[in-house]
Amino acid sequence: MSAPVKRTQWDEDLTQFRKDYSLSKKVLLNCCLVRRIISWASPNKKDSVEDELELSAVRHRPEALEQLEAQTRFSRKELQILYRGFKNECPSGVVNEDTFKEIYAQFFPQGDASTYAHFLFNAFDTDHNDSVSFEDFVMGLSILLRGTVQEKLNWAFNLYDINKDGYITKEEMFDIIKSIYDMMGKCTYPMLKEETPRQHVEIFFQKMDKNRDGVVTIDEFIDCCQNDENIMRSMQLFENVI
Amino acid sequence: MAAGVAAWLPFARAAAIGWMPVANLPMPIAPTNKNKHQDELIILNVSGRRFQTWRNTLDRYPDTLLGSSEKEFFFNEETREYFFDRDPDVFRSILNFYRTGKLHYPRYECISAYDEELAFFGIIPEIISDCCYEEYKDRKRENAERLMDDLEDNKDSKLPNMTFRETMWRAFENPHTSTMALVFYYVTGFFIAISVITNVVETVPCGYMPNQRDIPCGERYTEAFFCMDTACVMIFTVEYLMRLFAAPSRYRFMRSVMSIIDVVAILPYYIGLVMTNNEDVSGAFVTLRVFRVFRIFKFSRHSQGLRILGYTLKSCASELGFLLFSLTMAIIIFATVMFYAEKGSSSSKFTSIPASFWYTIVTMTTLGYGDMVPKTIAGKIFGSICSLSGVLVIALPVPVIVSNFSRIYHQNQRADKRRAQKVQKARLSRMRISKSGSSSAFLHSKRNGLNQSLELTGSLEEDQQLKKTTSLLESQHHHLLHCLEKTTNHEFVDERLYEQGYMQTALQNFPSQSPSLSSEEGITGTCCSRRTKKSMQPLSATHTHSHTHNLQELSALHIQCGERQALNTSRSSLNLMSDESGSLNCKSSGLVTTAIITIPTPPSNNSRASPDAPPPPNPDAPPLPNPGNDVVKISAL
Repeated sequence: MSAPVKRTQWDEDLTQFRKDYSLSKKVLLNCCLVRRIISWASPNKKDSVEDELELSAVRHRPEALEQLEAQTRFSRKELQILYRGFKNECPSGVVNEDTFKEIYAQFFPQGDASTYAHFLFNAFDTDHNDSVSFEDFVMGLSILLRGTVQEKLNWAFNLYDINKDGYITKEEMFDIIKSIYDMMGKCTYPMLKEETPRQHVEIFFQKMDKNRDGVVTIDEFIDCCQNDENIMRSMQLFENVI
Repeated sequence: MAAGVAAWLPFARAAAIGWMPVANLPMPIAPTNKNKHQDELIILNVSGRRFQTWRNTLDRYPDTLLGSSEKEFFFNEETREYFFDRDPDVFRSILNFYRTGKLHYPRYECISAYDEELAFFGIIPEIISDCCYEEYKDRKRENAERLMDDLEDNKDSKLPNMTFRETMWRAFENPHTSTMALVFYYVTGFFIAISVITNVVETVPCGYMPNQRDIPCGERYTEAFFCMDTACVMIFTVEYLMRLFAAPSRYRFMRSVMSIIDVVAILPYYIGLVMTNNEDVSGAFVTLRVFRVFRIFKFSRHSQGLRILGYTLKSCASELGFLLFSLTMAIIIFATVMFYAEKGSSSSKFTSIPASFWYTIVTMTTLGYGDMVPKTIAGKIFGSICSLSGVLVIALPVPVIVSNFSRIYHQNQRADKRRAQKVQKARLSRMRISKSGSSSAFLHSKRNGLNQSLELTGSLEEDQQLKKTTSLLESQHHHLLHCLEKTTNHEFVDERLYEQGYMQTALQNFPSQSPSLSSEEGITGTCCSRRTKKSMQPLSATHTHSHTHNLQELSALHIQCGERQALNTSRSSLNLMSDESGSLNCKSSGLVTTAIITIPTPPSNNSRASPDAPPPPNPDAPPLPNPGNDVVKISAL
């Protein structure tokens, strides 16, 4: 009589064991599945390398040659030469600020050109999207090389006016002039002293600020420059650059 | 200035308009592009394969063959192309260097063929970019080693006029150079073997004496063994004395390991000769005989493998030390544990912790002699843990030693890495010199008076001559830097002169001392004495025209004396050692022409060519009228 009891007991144990075993297996599988789902669902864990690859895959194609020809004062051939040089250094089609600083620093090996390059970048980046595309580049160059004196002076004023509020204050001018002196570097003759940029700013404001209100407006600036022979002559200096 | 950004020079110049309203001085006139031809394609025919590129691309590196006028020699008039009878496959990477600014070394190329092509086209190999540079250096080193081996094999042939002493030394070091040396080599090897076997056999019991006691052969055949020993020691002594005589540096020879082994091997015999029949020291004498076994180390002269083994053990000292240290730690720990575990049991062999050391060592190295065995349960447990961990501790450092041995056997990498690091430093410094060529090139061109377009004096041919010496790119870049100088009203100077100026401005407060100051300066002193004199003059705020001339001329002069490394951009001087070019004497050199032209003549030639240049230590003030001509005179060839 005991044998069937034992058997059922054993069967019960067996099924119980199987249940336990399968339960644990199920739990394990669930855990793995859950983990996989979580990792698939959360996209933030992507590799930073892949992120960088994605960024560099951003490409910008400029407008057609004819359009650029119409918008700027460069001839077709000149635009071709400019674009080839631009694309050689920036294959993705846009320059970001770091590349811009690097390129500009190569021309001034003795000093630190990064601050002035920063101001230049802001002056070229007219749509303020933190990148200079070929159109921005060529528009800026068109003003600088082929524009009228008025346009050039406008551009220069825009460069000096760091916060673009229409007034050049002494602090802004000091920043600009300091960055220009930074490009000279340390080894200069005569030696650069601390107060040289300040003095330079004073001279500038004495010349430009007619009504002595501490800021230079665009009209004061243009007026004064047009009356200064040196500045007028030097504006014509780079006509034949391209 | 890197090649790629040459295309951005127009942009940099245009951006210079931003400085104009700020500047107080008039700007220099820009260099004009006289031959303003449109950018044209240029065809390079290299052994039949035609490469085409823009002319401007090649102009980026004016101190190479393709970038300079040297390529005109290869111009073919009928086909209007440049023909080079060279390898077109290697030319591909050379042309890519112009296009991208990076020189790559293709792995399938033979290193010497590649070097030849680079030398032909005037490109220094240090420019090879980092991705390919290690491969290039490795291949070059292998090639050099192969050449060295070939050279050594050739060197082994008899050199004429070697003294007897030198021949003997070479015979000792390289036995295969002559038959006598070979004979000597084998004879000494034979006698070393004989000596070792004799020492061994001496202790073997052979034969019985009537009093039923085994005696070793050494005591039975005393005379025979003594004769053998004497013969061997005589041979070894003669050999040692001959080596001592032939050694180029006797002191160093006596300090070397092999000679110490020699001495230790033969010394016991002589000591034994001296102190026979002395009962007190015979015990010590017996001990000395042990040292006779060192004769076996003399075999290491005969076996390369033995030497490498010794060298390996020497170089694996750190790993061996680690092995020893970890073993010691484990031994002490387990010995302590076993001692306290077995303390309770009676008749325990673990009488003290040092006594347990023996058990631990035997167990950890899995020897298991069985002379000491734990009896308590705790002892047995810890004993088994001890043997298991012993396997681990010993197994860990041993593969390191083994791999060291194999590594050293094939190639001595550590010495090569050190050599490569030295080369890396030299390479970096050469690249730095060539890269700083741009800044020094500007100062250099200032010295040449190329920026004298401020005044339009100067005859036409001087203009042409000066214009020819720089490429348009360079002159535009220099004009840009000159504009910056004018904007800030400060000038670029050489770093050395800046430091001197720094010292002198401190001393400027004592105006009476200026002439004597300069005499202490050395070579550049005479030039800089003018500067101290000039700086005495009050600097007017208006900066008159003439004063700027003084400054400019001054800068031209003192840069002339200070500028020694301006030659580095020329191809020939890049291949010079930097100390050669630095040996220019300030007083003797008039002016060296611009570094842009490839001048194969050494720089000292030019000093002869400037007889009419006023000597730099001219204490008189320079004549002010026509200062432009003065500058030209100094800079004329």
